[in-house]
Amino acid sequence: MPAIEVEALRVSFGSVVAVADVSFEADAGEVVALIGPNGAGKTTTVETLEGYRRPTSGTVRVLGLDPVADHRALVGRIGVMLQGGGAYPVMGPERAIRLFASYYEDPRDPADLIELAGLGAVASTPAKRLSGGERQRLALALALVGRPRVAFLDEPTAGVDPAGRVVVREIVASLRDEGVCVLLTTHELAEAERVADRVVIVDPGRVVASGRPAELVTAARDVRFAAPAGIEVDALGTRLGAPVAEIAPGEYRVDTPATPAVVAALTAWLAERDLPLADLRAGRQSLEDAFLRLTAEGHAEGAGGR
Amino acid sequence: MSWRALRAQTAEEVRMTLEQGERLLVTFVIPILGLVLFSSVPIVSTGTAHRVDFFAPGVLGLAVISTAMVNLGISTGFERGWGVLKRLGATPLRSSTLLAAKVLAVLAVEVVQVLVIGAIAAGLGWRPHGSAWLAAGAGLLATAAFAGIGFLLAGTLRAEVTLALANGLYVVMLGISGIMFPLAKLGGFAAFARLLPSAALTDVLHPALSGGAGVPVEGWLVLAAWAVAAPVLAAATFRFE
Repeated sequence: MPAIEVEALRVSFGSVVAVADVSFEADAGEVVALIGPNGAGKTTTVETLEGYRRPTSGTVRVLGLDPVADHRALVGRIGVMLQGGGAYPVMGPERAIRLFASYYEDPRDPADLIELAGLGAVASTPAKRLSGGERQRLALALALVGRPRVAFLDEPTAGVDPAGRVVVREIVASLRDEGVCVLLTTHELAEAERVADRVVIVDPGRVVASGRPAELVTAARDVRFAAPAGIEVDALGTRLGAPVAEIAPGEYRVDTPATPAVVAALTAWLAERDLPLADLRAGRQSLEDAFLRLTAEGHAEGAGGR
Repeated sequence: MSWRALRAQTAEEVRMTLEQGERLLVTFVIPILGLVLFSSVPIVSTGTAHRVDFFAPGVLGLAVISTAMVNLGISTGFERGWGVLKRLGATPLRSSTLLAAKVLAVLAVEVVQVLVIGAIAAGLGWRPHGSAWLAAGAGLLATAAFAGIGFLLAGTLRAEVTLALANGLYVVMLGISGIMFPLAKLGGFAAFARLLPSAALTDVLHPALSGGAGVPVEGWLVLAAWAVAAPVLAAATFRFE
């Protein structure tokens, strides 16, 4: 049984469709990142899994349970980190973690958690006086107090400085090692690529791609270059043996894997015509490239369907 | 219900009330200042032998209003606004346990208020002679009524609006509830004022704490009606987000 199952989820608020059609699964010991731009439906999806929202249609299951109907059975087994935290502003981390520990049957040791989250120096500083990153790490620590089997982390690295990010990444990695299923959201692709076993790209309200970060990146192989606008793409395409498209004025995409031969033919063709080459990207792309391409396709399809 | 969670939550609710200056201002400083000032300076005529005999019961009622309505309402409103209540919804702490902790904390703070205000009033010459049981019963009904009003505001309005309204109601109730001057001085308006839970509370507390003649039936009925209606309405409308 997967730890998280989302099947054809749709959530609308009145006439606003926050999530149109999202399906994915996540297993114990797996870190899955929901990525997408703001407003893509990431938080709504996570809050439906946490039991805050009811699906308009479709089903969600966490540890085989319905998050709304089986709320009471589930709350002791999930850990939740909300955007914005939700900690008592007047309480320092130690006090807040001790209070949360009283809610659970078998809580983690508060002192250990404070150390794990790197909050030792500010253990008694009221949350309202913590930095953004410290507040995020407090929210993360509070999500872990009850030894969750599934952890939902909404934007865990937003506003966290580089040192704090290392702490968050280490905690996520240790959760995976303990067999916890971690579902996190982020719009920072580099972060997703670093921490996640799998990413699910959502935009707008639907899954446009999912897989291991490396798969998504290699699936997006092509050659992109910049040159003066309006070059003869058909002639170039014939020469390269692959279609060439001007995706924006002066920006071109060759739909073929980036072999040295293709790159050599491209530069030769430009040299023969004395055309300058402003930019050339070939081979492995960043996840960001894949993401931008996939979400652009999603928008194009969405626009076409209307 | 987890007793461990209830104990820890109640202790934190009490601590959060007693450690913050703005909360102490409304729960202790204002009632005590009012008691001392009005009992010592002949601003209004009270018709009692000792001025403190008139003011002490009213200020004890004011203490209940400040804790059950103002402090509870404003703090719960901000907890809702900050997402604290939402976050607690994803823990095993049940909303019934949270509610019980908040009510127990209100009662605990009220006990401290009664001890402190009672001691100060005694220092000013107050010698209550009536029924502590009747007064306690009135205090419990009033706590239900004012906590209901506090939750009603906190669960439906934005935190800033709850803050303004709770403080505004506090001032209005302080003014027209027979706390600072006898209700009779309001003339025809007194009949309307007597429908407020605050006036009903003072109406009931005055005879209960001075062995006064007669049972103020209308006061008890008004207080009981608020004690049922306000919590029911709050429960029906409360939103955690």
